Order: sequence, then C-alpha cells, then structure tokens
Amino acid sequence: MTNKVISMKEAVSQYVQDGDMVAIEGFTAFICFAAAHEIIRQAKQDLTLVRMTPDLVYDQMIAAGVAKKLIFSYLGNPGVGSLYGVRRAVEKGIPRPLELEEYSHFGMVGRYIAGASKLPFFPLRSYTGSDMPAVNPLIRFVDSPYGDGPIAVVPPLNPDVAFLHAQRADAQGNTHIWGLLGMQKEVAFAAKKVVIVVEEVVDAEVIARDPNRTLIPGLVVDAVVHEPFGAHPSYVQGYYDRDNAFYLDWAENSGDQEKTEVWLQQWVYGVPDREAYLARLGQERLAGLAPGELLAEPVNYGRYQ
Amino acid sequence: MDYTPSEFMIINASRALQGSHVVFVGVGLPNIACNLARRSHSPEMELVYESGVFGANPARLPLSIGDPTLVSGAKSVTSMTDLFMYYLQGGLVDVALLGGAQIDRFGNLNTTVIGDYSHPKVRLPGSGGACEIAINAQKIFMIMRLKGRAFVDKLDFLTSPGHLDGGDARQRAGLPGDGPALVITDRALFDFDNPDREMTLIEIAPGETADSIQADIPWPLRVSPNLKEMTPPHISELEIIRQQLDPEGMYR
Repeated sequence: MTNKVISMKEAVSQYVQDGDMVAIEGFTAFICFAAAHEIIRQAKQDLTLVRMTPDLVYDQMIAAGVAKKLIFSYLGNPGVGSLYGVRRAVEKGIPRPLELEEYSHFGMVGRYIAGASKLPFFPLRSYTGSDMPAVNPLIRFVDSPYGDGPIAVVPPLNPDVAFLHAQRADAQGNTHIWGLLGMQKEVAFAAKKVVIVVEEVVDAEVIARDPNRTLIPGLVVDAVVHEPFGAHPSYVQGYYDRDNAFYLDWAENSGDQEKTEVWLQQWVYGVPDREAYLARLGQERLAGLAPGELLAEPVNYGRYQ
Repeated sequence: MDYTPSEFMIINASRALQGSHVVFVGVGLPNIACNLARRSHSPEMELVYESGVFGANPARLPLSIGDPTLVSGAKSVTSMTDLFMYYLQGGLVDVALLGGAQIDRFGNLNTTVIGDYSHPKVRLPGSGGACEIAINAQKIFMIMRLKGRAFVDKLDFLTSPGHLDGGDARQRAGLPGDGPALVITDRALFDFDNPDREMTLIEIAPGETADSIQADIPWPLRVSPNLKEMTPPHISELEIIRQQLDPEGMYR
C-alpha cells in the first residue's frame, strides 16, 4: 500500500498550479486554514476559489491577491458580519478585481453532486422568481420530460484540487469524519485531485473497525497531510472549538488593505509553517479551545468469520 | 422592565412560532428566537439547520448555524445533500425564519446587493439557503427591523421569492410552499392573509400608530380593521434571553 502522507508545503507545491480551480470546503467546521495560508505563502496566482461559504479563509486569500474568481453561495463572516476583503475586491478592485459566480446553497450542493456523479446537470426546486438566474447564465430551467413543468438545473462542478480537513485518516487516505459533514464527501468525489488534512494519522485498522464513518475512501485521495489544529480558527468536532476571538479580530483588522497586510504579515507571511503559527498562538490559547468529552456508545459490527 | 427593539423582535418571533413543529433556523436573530421558543413554550420543537442538523439541542447559544454545540446531542446530523434534498425539498419543514436587507409589499426578499448587481453600492451575503427555503418550506416568517430603507417599493435584487407579484403568483409559478405568512419587526406585525397576498398591518407596538408605521413604508399600507396592540415582553422571556441565551448581550 502506498503511503500518501506528505507535508503541506509539498501538497500545495505539487497539487496547486497557477490558474487552478481550488476548493477548500467545510461548512463552518473543518475549514483548512493551514492549506489556505500555505497557498498564500507560495504566492499562487489567478486561482478560481470554490466554496459555499467563502468565510475568513477566502477573505484572507482574496485580500492576499491569489484569486481572480470566486464561485460561492453565501458571503459572510459567520455569526460576525461582513467579509471586507471580498467586498474591497468586488466594490473597488483592491488588491485586484474579483469575478463572482453566485448560486444558492442548494445550487452549490447540486453542482458538487453532478460533478461527483458525472451527470450533465442537477435538477432542483429553487431559483423560480429569483433574479439569480438573470445574473448567472449557468442557472437554467428545463421542462420536466414527465410533464411536471419547468425545473431549475445547475451544471457539474469539478475543482482541479480540493483540500478537505477531517478528524483522522490512515496513510492511504481512508478518512473518518463526524460532526457537520457539510459537502466533504461530494467534493472529494467531484475534485480531480484530493488532499486530505487530518488531526491524526491512524492505523488502517482503526479506520476499518468503523467503516460507516469512512466518508471518503483512499481511492479518491491523492495525498494526506498531518496538520493538528490545521482548521484553526474554525473547529473540528471533538478536537477543538471555534476560536471566535480570531474571527472578531479579523473583522477588526481587515477593514482596509493596509491593516490587512499587517495581519497577513503577522499570521501568514511571518510564519514559515503551521507549527510556527501554533507556537505564536501559544499552548494556553489552544488548550482553552478543548471541547470536553462526550463519547458515543460503541456499536457491534460483528465478526462473521 | 425595559427592553431593546431587538429583544422585542426576538420575543415576537418566538411567540409566533408557538404550535410549529419543524422549524428551519437561519443565522442571527432567528437563531436566538427559535432557541427562546424551545426553552419557553415549545420544548418539543425540532430545530433544523442548513448545516445538516435535525433536532438540535444546543447547550449554549450557537455562535452561527454551524456551531459544534448543534451537533452534540442532536437527533440527527446529515450531509447538506440530505438536508436540502430530503428535509427541505421533501416538504418536511413547517416554517422557516428568514431575514433580509430589503423586503417589498409581497414579501419578496433581497439579501444580495444594494445598488446595481455588477457595481453594487453594498455587496450583501447573497442567498445562502434562503432562495430554496423561501420556495420549499410550508410557510415563511420574516424577521427584520422596521426602518426606512428596509421596506421598499422595488427591491434592488430579488434573492428569495415571496408572493412574487401577488395573488396566486406562487401557485402559477409552481412553488411548493405557501410563502410568507408573517413579517415580524420591532414595531409592528404584518400578515399576508388577503387575496392579493399583500403585506397588511395587524399589530403595533405600544406607542406606535398606523400613521407612524406608514411613515417608514413607501407604499400605501393596508391596515387590518382589527388592528391590535402587541403585548410587551414578559419578564420571563427577557430573563431567558439575558441569562441563558445571550448573557454577553450580543443581540441587545
């Protein structure tokens, strides 16, 4: 069996090319800031960023100038407010203009499903009466062949590369995820290359003892990166809580480009890797994010020998 | 006991949810209103979050609709595929709460841009799940502050359909849900219980009049012949908000 474990530096340099369509997914949870920051440090160019909720992670990438286009369904700093980096790029072209391609959540869900299952489109009950199709010609309507009238459709989405954070995987990339599953599974099957980033790399037996929890099989995984706290300041269920102070801090320090550069210097350019970032945060702060313990009952799969 | 406009709006939304079983919870004020309902009159209410949670039982006020406290102790946590396809599009959501930057007389909502789409004055968050929620939930409650620029004659952008251009427009367009039923604000309540499906003033806060409400609404407002005064917040409702749900006063 191949061991797919590599460093984040290697993963980004090997799997992200200038001009690529990149998805760092995860709905509020499992947001791989470690990958985003390494992409910024390696100064990738002209990326098309794909994510349902661009969040801080893409606000930082867009403010750092790595992106030319954003495909999304909700622009916000969740529970906090605006994304000033995205707004500055859209409203004023700073540091560079940003093209937007906009859907609703269900539209993005459908695009990933169609991408993962090689369908030409995905039908959904949305968009009727909305202005969204008028500003995004890829949202269309077709007549149901069964005589039920028109239905909205969206095209498949197949990112060049996806970075997906999770609790644990084995060295082949068989990945256990629990908590808010978001679209992690669908994106893994839709993307052309998949990098799994985990809190723990575990023996293959640990994965195989609980196969229902394996959302992503190693079959579709190209690389595994071991990066504890790699999703900070977002959270990983059972491992650490969201560091909300960090979200508020970004809101305060991203209001203009100059302040943003200072922030990026401190937390991205000024640290060589995730380990240095964590050292800067300090053990005490990380320990304060511990969620306590709430264990599930074990289940019996049976031996069936 | 004194209270803020936000607290009054949260309490009005919570009261309106009495009797609802499966409630789709949005970000911000709806989040706290639904959790208030569950902790006061409706402990059996099932909270659904677009992040993939059904039957949430949060131990703290969720910071967002993707807070890990929604997962621990929930009845089910699913992918967003399952949530949108089976729970929402499957017709299992009784009522959804939505907010917006602009609303028109038929309850259509804008959460996308102020100004022109390509060169916006203000770029707003966009749809999120709101467009399909507005289409597929059995009914919609809107929750927003009643102030000048929010209630408009014409939306800058129609993100989520309400009663479209009124009357039976939703049925003609083939939208499964019944659409907007209530607009809950800090100063007044409105329903759409008339053949034109146009917003009608049904209740006003103490100190308000139909004229003071009309002053912030750009179209000639329909007023119910049975216009009532809203019941001010009860101390027990304020205590749940201040002591349990929002001790730091984020939503004051």
